[in-house]
Amino acid sequence: MTRFLPLAYLALAFAFIYLPVAALVLFSFQDGRLPVPPFEGPSLQWYADVLGDDDIVEALVNSLLVALGSSAIAVMLGFLAAYGLARHSLPGSVFLRGLLIAPITVSYLIVGLGLLIVLQRTGIGLSLWTAAIGHVVINLPLAFAIIYASMGAQQQNAERAARDLGAGEVEVVLLVTAPMLMPALLAAFFLSVTLSWDEFIIAFLLTRFDITLPVEIWSMLRSGLSPRLNAIGSFVFLVSVTAVILIELTVFGRRRR
Amino acid sequence: MTASVTIDAVNHWFGTFQALREIALEIEAGEYITLLGPSGCGKTTLLSVLGGFVDPSKGRVLIGGTDMTHVPPAKRPTTTVFQDYALFPHMSLRDNVAFGLRMAGIGRAERRRRADLQLDLVGLVGEAHKRPHELSGGQRQRVALARALAVEPDVLLLDEPLGALDLKLRRSMQDELKEIQRKVGTTFVHVTHDQEEAMAIADRIVVMNAGRIEDAGPPERVYSAPATLFAAGFMGEMTRLPATARDGIVETPFGLLEAAPPSAGDLVVCVRPEAIRIGADGFSLGEARVTDTAFFGTHNRVHLVADAVPDLTIVAYLAPAERVAEGDIVPLAADPASIRVFPAR
Repeated sequence: MTRFLPLAYLALAFAFIYLPVAALVLFSFQDGRLPVPPFEGPSLQWYADVLGDDDIVEALVNSLLVALGSSAIAVMLGFLAAYGLARHSLPGSVFLRGLLIAPITVSYLIVGLGLLIVLQRTGIGLSLWTAAIGHVVINLPLAFAIIYASMGAQQQNAERAARDLGAGEVEVVLLVTAPMLMPALLAAFFLSVTLSWDEFIIAFLLTRFDITLPVEIWSMLRSGLSPRLNAIGSFVFLVSVTAVILIELTVFGRRRR
Repeated sequence: MTASVTIDAVNHWFGTFQALREIALEIEAGEYITLLGPSGCGKTTLLSVLGGFVDPSKGRVLIGGTDMTHVPPAKRPTTTVFQDYALFPHMSLRDNVAFGLRMAGIGRAERRRRADLQLDLVGLVGEAHKRPHELSGGQRQRVALARALAVEPDVLLLDEPLGALDLKLRRSMQDELKEIQRKVGTTFVHVTHDQEEAMAIADRIVVMNAGRIEDAGPPERVYSAPATLFAAGFMGEMTRLPATARDGIVETPFGLLEAAPPSAGDLVVCVRPEAIRIGADGFSLGEARVTDTAFFGTHNRVHLVADAVPDLTIVAYLAPAERVAEGDIVPLAADPASIRVFPAR
């Protein structure tokens, strides 16, 4: 009994977490017009339907571009900020650090609204670029926190050795600091990708004609439930899972060695 | 390549703490120097001043006759073997060793050739493709040495390079370090707190304490005739007899010692344990009772209490053939040639 209870609890917890996703994926293979029980099929018709829809494919590509681009920028800026704050004693560095991390506490809605107001005042039109800027704003604090936390004495000593051997500042960062921090950089990057990939509010507020996948899904939802949505949802889930697996392989895989 | 080093009246403060006080030292080209002292004595700070990692508050550093006081580490003809080795974990040993050559703009093939030459010097050319984490502590130490030597520095700085190794490995690395230094002819400045290591390896030992140089000279001289009481105590075990200066002669509880007192007032007479023997030949310490003995292979380390000074413990290294046991009463004498007298303050 004492061995059974924890196992039951574990099963229940995982069922609670994964049942909705499992249902979503299952009914994406539905051979019928409604994604509700009983399950008929399996059939790949909805996947064919989704991949044949130019709007959806375009939104999917847009989403990938925004996710990869904004994450790359967020990680680069986060790394530079972390390097600067960890390696140089600046006046008010505690305050600066706080200021960099604080946006985590601001809701996406507020960030989106704020950017929308600023963009409209400055006359910059809404596009994928503005959505990417929004995603940099929300992912930069996270990237900074992850990278800053993994900067330790080990890198600092190696940097000192590199300088001793004649390396300039750029060479130190490119050949020693960044490669040594690669696990943290990759973790920050893939986490940013998953967050940007399925982010809705900011993308909704800051895009106009070219939209990302979550915004496309939202507009499709208004016309009611369909196994098409399940198929798209499964796709979104697949990409996120891939990113998580990459984090697992690149970060935790290395640590185990 | 090799160069002389001149340290000219260097002072350094960390905030209000003075880490270096009026350090002046001439190091000849090709010399093997150890900076010896307890932790916090300023030896590592002095090494950092030589390497360019610390800009001294006052004074000058000349390397090969050129003023290098404010030149950054990258532009100095010095390299450092760091205490924790600071190898690049993401590079192979060959790339680690070739890093300095790469920074100097040397082509890939030539870099590789010279890195392999250095790895060969430390006996690791067969492992050139490995990463640092695959190596033992002693091997990492060798790679750090090869990396620092690959750029052919004029002066090699070593910051407690053997501190993380076990005793046996440390002793064998000492011999190897000295041999490599003879081979390359570079000036070596080696920081350590282990006086045996310093004596085994150095051409000249610089004993430091509280930011000052206490003594500098060849190991034999610093051991047998140290300049200060601190240097005497740091270089090895000894018995300190309280004494006073009286009419140009040293008065001890064991009688008068025929030596010129270095100052008036209270003095300390230092006797090394190997200078004490059983018998009456030399400066007599009278009868003493053995309180403890320990066998050290080459000698017995014996604690004794003399009748004349019951609250003083005398330490002597006696030949194992002497066969003394706890409780024995023996006559003790010290070799007068190895007795040193210092002012008590």
